[in-house]
Amino acid sequence: MYSFNYVKVKSLKEAGELLAAHPDAKLLGGGMTLLPTMKARLAQPSHLIDIGGLAELTGIAEQAGKLVIGAATRHHEVADSGVVKKMIPALAYLASLIGDPQVRNLGTMGGSVANNDPAADYPAAVLALGATVITTRREIAADDFFQGMFATALEPDEIVTRLSFPIPKRAAYAKFPHPASGYAMAGVFVADTAGGVRVAVTGAGPGVFRWPEAEAALANKMSAAVLDGLDLAADDLNEDLHAPREYRANLVRVMAKRAVAALQSIKK
Amino acid sequence: MSTIAVTVNGIKHTREVEDRVLLANFLRDELGLTGTHIGCDTSQCGCCTVHVDGRAVKSCTMLAVQANGATISTIESMAHDGKLHPIQQAFTECHGLQCGFCTPGMIMAVAGLLKDNPDPTDAQIEHGLEGNLCRCTGYINIVKAVKLSAERMRGKAR
Repeated sequence: MYSFNYVKVKSLKEAGELLAAHPDAKLLGGGMTLLPTMKARLAQPSHLIDIGGLAELTGIAEQAGKLVIGAATRHHEVADSGVVKKMIPALAYLASLIGDPQVRNLGTMGGSVANNDPAADYPAAVLALGATVITTRREIAADDFFQGMFATALEPDEIVTRLSFPIPKRAAYAKFPHPASGYAMAGVFVADTAGGVRVAVTGAGPGVFRWPEAEAALANKMSAAVLDGLDLAADDLNEDLHAPREYRANLVRVMAKRAVAALQSIKK
Repeated sequence: MSTIAVTVNGIKHTREVEDRVLLANFLRDELGLTGTHIGCDTSQCGCCTVHVDGRAVKSCTMLAVQANGATISTIESMAHDGKLHPIQQAFTECHGLQCGFCTPGMIMAVAGLLKDNPDPTDAQIEHGLEGNLCRCTGYINIVKAVKLSAERMRGKAR
């Protein structure tokens, strides 16, 4: 990897100042994506600003009926949290499927969301649950936050601090992982919320997206059968050596059906 | 360059390191702890697994400077007074290794798994070892070894 300057900051304020002063600096959370990218010399940050252990970014709590999770919270903490399991069990389950145990011991929710890898798991939950991304400057609705492959609404020196999840009536996640990498070939998060049914798809397209046809069909009747033959714009899906578009479109349907079946097995 | 202080296998070390040095290289090259293997160097194979502040991590995907102030355990900490750790003993008895290259990382991953779940099912063992590859594909005996070591460690705890 290219050389860089490592800075362990003591506050978000210090991190923000460093980001503003050094346009080629990068934030380091768990480093589970950034470090491999740097090792492959696909990134050359001038500085790594380590916000991994900041107390301001940790903690899982119920606040005013919402589940609020600090950006530096590690995947294993979300997967093992009694509060998350009680409030949104599907989110704890999703976290338990990310990467592998060693990755879950270091990777952070804020890092995953800010990176917005098109095959990452968390964006599906954040979008389907209609969560709010809280940053050093403002609060951004999930529908406005994710903007396609590795793109988000974040300004260059803006830092994700917390995620606030409204509690759904019921929710479930189903993922078809790539057998080698563990990344989602297709992951579908279905949430039955106060504002209606929301379905978010990761892994299959150039970025996480909602599937409006499925949302409408499931709002009408929460049943896996209504997804059969349902329209999904396959032209927009990823096509690579792992799977052609049509295969991915089918995987999305199958994962959506599995998520609905899992959701139906939950007592209201 | 940064100065870091780490406690590795109970011994405190203070060293100057280049910021880009990986924890795996620090352990091997600076401290001579070559039991931590580097297999893929792309955070896939898990051969470099060590424990940092009690959690299993891939030391090829962590900077040594990130571990400043941490307590680290490597495979060298497992055996005591010439006696193998129960996980090592079970791997030996169940033929849980063939070439042995993945074994240090496998053992450290198993230690992490059993800490969280002292009585795992086969499916939980498979899920818990997803971050470790055995290129000899000796997984069946590895799962057997995990079950045997879990049994013995639970017995000891009682």
